[in-house]
Amino acid sequence: MTEALVSVRDLRIGAVTDSGRQVQIIGGVSFDIAPGEIVALIGESGSGKTTIALSLMGHTRTGCAITGGTIRLGRHDVTGMREARRAALRGTEVSYVPQSAAAAFNPSKRIMDQVVEVTEIHRLMPRDQAEAKARDLFRALALPNPDTIGARYPHQVSGGQLQRLSAAMALIGDPSLVIFDEPTTALDVTTQIEVLRAFRAVMDKSAMAGVYVSHDLAVVAQIADRIIVLKGGEIQEEGTTEQILNAPTHPYTRQLLDAFEPVPHVPAASPGGTILEVRGLFAGYGAVRNGEPAAKILDDVSFRLERGRNLGVIGESGSGKSTLARAIAGILPAYRGKVRFDGTDLHPDLAHRSKDQLRRAQIVFQLADTALNPAQSVGAILARPLTFYHGTKGAARDRRVIELLDMVHLPAALRHRLPSELSGGQKQRVNLARALAAEPELILCDEITSALDTVVAAAILDLLKELQRELHLSYMFISHDLSTVEAICDEVLVMLKGKVVEALPATGMRDATHPYSRLLISSIPQLDTGWLKGLEQDPELMAQFMRR
Amino acid sequence: MSLSLRIPTPARLGYSFNWTGRIGLAIILFWAVIAFIGPWLAPYPPGEMVDWDYFGGMSGQYWMGTDYLGRDILSRVLMGARYTVGIALASVVLACAGGVLLGMIAGVVGGWFDTLLSRLLDAFNGIPSLLFGLVVVAAVGSSIPVLIATLAAIYLPGSYRFARALAVNVNTMDFVTVARARGEGFAYLILREIFPNILGPVLADLGLRFVFIVLVLSGLSFLGIGVQPPHADWGALVRENIEGLSLGAPAVVFPSVAIASLTISVNLFIDNLPTRIRDRSE
Repeated sequence: MTEALVSVRDLRIGAVTDSGRQVQIIGGVSFDIAPGEIVALIGESGSGKTTIALSLMGHTRTGCAITGGTIRLGRHDVTGMREARRAALRGTEVSYVPQSAAAAFNPSKRIMDQVVEVTEIHRLMPRDQAEAKARDLFRALALPNPDTIGARYPHQVSGGQLQRLSAAMALIGDPSLVIFDEPTTALDVTTQIEVLRAFRAVMDKSAMAGVYVSHDLAVVAQIADRIIVLKGGEIQEEGTTEQILNAPTHPYTRQLLDAFEPVPHVPAASPGGTILEVRGLFAGYGAVRNGEPAAKILDDVSFRLERGRNLGVIGESGSGKSTLARAIAGILPAYRGKVRFDGTDLHPDLAHRSKDQLRRAQIVFQLADTALNPAQSVGAILARPLTFYHGTKGAARDRRVIELLDMVHLPAALRHRLPSELSGGQKQRVNLARALAAEPELILCDEITSALDTVVAAAILDLLKELQRELHLSYMFISHDLSTVEAICDEVLVMLKGKVVEALPATGMRDATHPYSRLLISSIPQLDTGWLKGLEQDPELMAQFMRR
Repeated sequence: MSLSLRIPTPARLGYSFNWTGRIGLAIILFWAVIAFIGPWLAPYPPGEMVDWDYFGGMSGQYWMGTDYLGRDILSRVLMGARYTVGIALASVVLACAGGVLLGMIAGVVGGWFDTLLSRLLDAFNGIPSLLFGLVVVAAVGSSIPVLIATLAAIYLPGSYRFARALAVNVNTMDFVTVARARGEGFAYLILREIFPNILGPVLADLGLRFVFIVLVLSGLSFLGIGVQPPHADWGALVRENIEGLSLGAPAVVFPSVAIASLTISVNLFIDNLPTRIRDRSE
C-alpha cells in the first residue's frame, strides 16, 4: 500500500457551551486517505461529519477547537502549524466545496473573478493563464458555454451550474485533497445527477483525493471508494463502498440501510367516500389583474382523494407542489377552480371558511424551525388549537396536551420547553401534534421529512402510518423524495410547471408512461454503486424538461 | 439528547438577571424615587439665589456648587429629575407603544393601508423636530402634557418604521401562516405570534430613543419652550451653565453626570434583560 495522503490520528474536537460546559464533539477519530481515493463521511446531523471534514483544513467552526490528535496532510502537519501556514495550504493543498453554492458566491462579483481568486491569493499563475485553466475546468465539469459563463453573475446561472462552478473554484489550485460538504443536498434529483456525473468525471481524470460528506447513502454509493459511518463523533464502521452497502457489520449501518428500503404501504381496507376533490384549480402570486394574478403557478389541477387513502405529490422545486397545498388550505386563494371537502365546496379564501372547515383540514410545513413560534413553549403551542377549536381549558387541556405528546411519542415533560431546545425530529413531531390537536380528517404534509435525517424521517413516516390506523386520517403528502412517497402513499401525482402530468398508483411508479415522470423517477439515486454509470437518460428528454 | 424532567424555576425559565442589568435597574429606580421625593430632599428652593458668588465650587454648604446665578445645583438637579425622568419616560413609552402597534398593524395588513400610513409618517418625519416643537408650543402653550405629547409625536414615526420592518419579517414565517390557516383573528396574530418575536429589538430601540428624547427635551428648554424657568430639566441645567466649563465649575458637571447615569443605566438594563424576554427568537 502506498503511503497515505491524509492521516488522521486520534482526532478530538471540543467546544464550550454557553453555560461554560466542555463538550466533546469528535472523540478520538482515526483514518487514512490514500492519494486519489474518495472517502465518504456519512452520518446523521450532529454526527460530526462536517466538523471532521473542516478539521482537515485545520479549521473549526467558531467556539470549537481541536483538543487532541494529529492530522497530517501530505508532508504537512496541519494540527501543529501556525494559522498563517495553514492559510497557505488552503486552496493549494486542500480545498472546499460548500453545501450551498448560492451562499458561497459573492452576488456582486462576476463568476470568473471569484473562480480565479485562489490563484491570485497564492500567486500561482498569471491572470490569463488562470482564466484559461478555469475555462478548461468549466469544460471538464460539463458546464454550458464554458468560454462565456465566467462573465456572468452568480444569479444568472442555475443552482446545479453554480454548484459545479464552486467545484471549479476548489479545483483551480490543483489541491491534493478536495472536501465536498453535502454539495448536492440542496439540488433537485435530475440536477443532482448532472452534478454528480461532473464531479465523478473530474475526479476520475485527476489524481486528487476527495472527502465527500453526505447523509445520503445512495449519493455516496455513486462517488465514493470507501465509506466511514459516523455517529456521535465516533467512527461506527469503515469499509469499502461495496462492503458497507452489501455486508454491513455494525447495527447502526444496518439501521441506515434499512431506513432507505421503502416499506411497502398497505392501503386501508375500504375507502369511505371522497374526502377531497379538486377540479380545475388555478392559483398564482402577484398583483391580480382581470381576475388573474401576475405569476400563474397552478394550471388546471384536478384530482380526487378517497377517505383513509394517501395521495403523494412529486415534482422538482418550482413545480407548484407547495402552491397546491397552500391553495387547498386557502392560504393562497385559488382564482379559478373548485376545492370540495367531504361533499361541500370550500371558499377559495380561508378567511371565508368556517372554523369547522378549517379544523378538518390541517397543514404541516416542511421546516419545523420556522413553523413553531420560538416565543411559545411546546405546551402553549399545542394548547392553542385545543382552546381555539374545542374550547378546552384548564386541567382538561393540560391532560390533552400530554396525550398529544404521547401520540407523537414525546415525553410529557417536553411541554415546558421552547422550540429552540428541541432537536429537528422532535420539532417535526410537535408540528404534527399541533395539527392533530385540531382532530382533523385530512392533513396536508408539505415536505415534512425533507429536512430530516434518513433514520429520523423513517421514524416520522412510521408515526404517520400509526396515526392513520388509529385516527382514520387521510394525508396529502408532498415530497421530492420518491422512496418516502412510495412508503406512505396509495396514489401519486407527478407535477411539472404547475400541471399534473401523470397520476399513478404508488406501487406502479416504475411503469410511468409520461416521459417527464420516467425521467424524474429514473433520476432517484439507487443504493447501487453502478447505478450512475449504468444510468442512461435520453439527452433529448433531459433537454426538454430541465431548466439549464 | 436528554429528556430529563426540569422544574420550571424562574432561573431555568430564563427570567433571571445578571448583575449589570441589576445595577442598571437600581440606578433607574433611584432616579425614579428622586423624581417623586426630590422637592422634600432639596436643601434650598431651586429657584432662589442663595450665594452671592457665581459658579461656586463644591463646599459643605453647597454640595454640588452653585450655578451662574448663584443657585444651589444639588437642589436644581433633584428637582430636574422630576422633569427629565418623567417627561422622557412618558414620551418614549408613548412613542414606542404607538409606533409598534401601528407598525405591526401595517406589517400584517399590508396593501394600501400600509402604503398610506408609511408615506404619511415618512412625510411627518421630514419636519425638523425643534421646529415642530416650536410650532406646537406657540399654538397651544407650554405645559408638561403638551411637551410629552410633542416629544412622543416626534419619535413615533421612527419607532413605527422599525417595528413595521420587523413585523413584516416575522409575518412571513410559517408559524404565522399556521395560525392564520387555523383561522386566528387579527388581534391574536399581532399580540401572540408577532409581538413576542419583535420584543427584543423593540426594547433596544426604546433605550436609544430615550436618550434622544432627553437631548431634544433639553434643546426645547434651551429655546425657552421646554420646562419653564425657574425650574429646569437636566439638559437645560447643562445648557445654562455651559460657560462654567472653562472655569471648572461643578455646576455643569453634575447635571451631565446625572444625564449620563440615567441614559447609560437605561441601556444597561435593556441590554441585560432576562434572555427569555430579550432573545426570544433565538
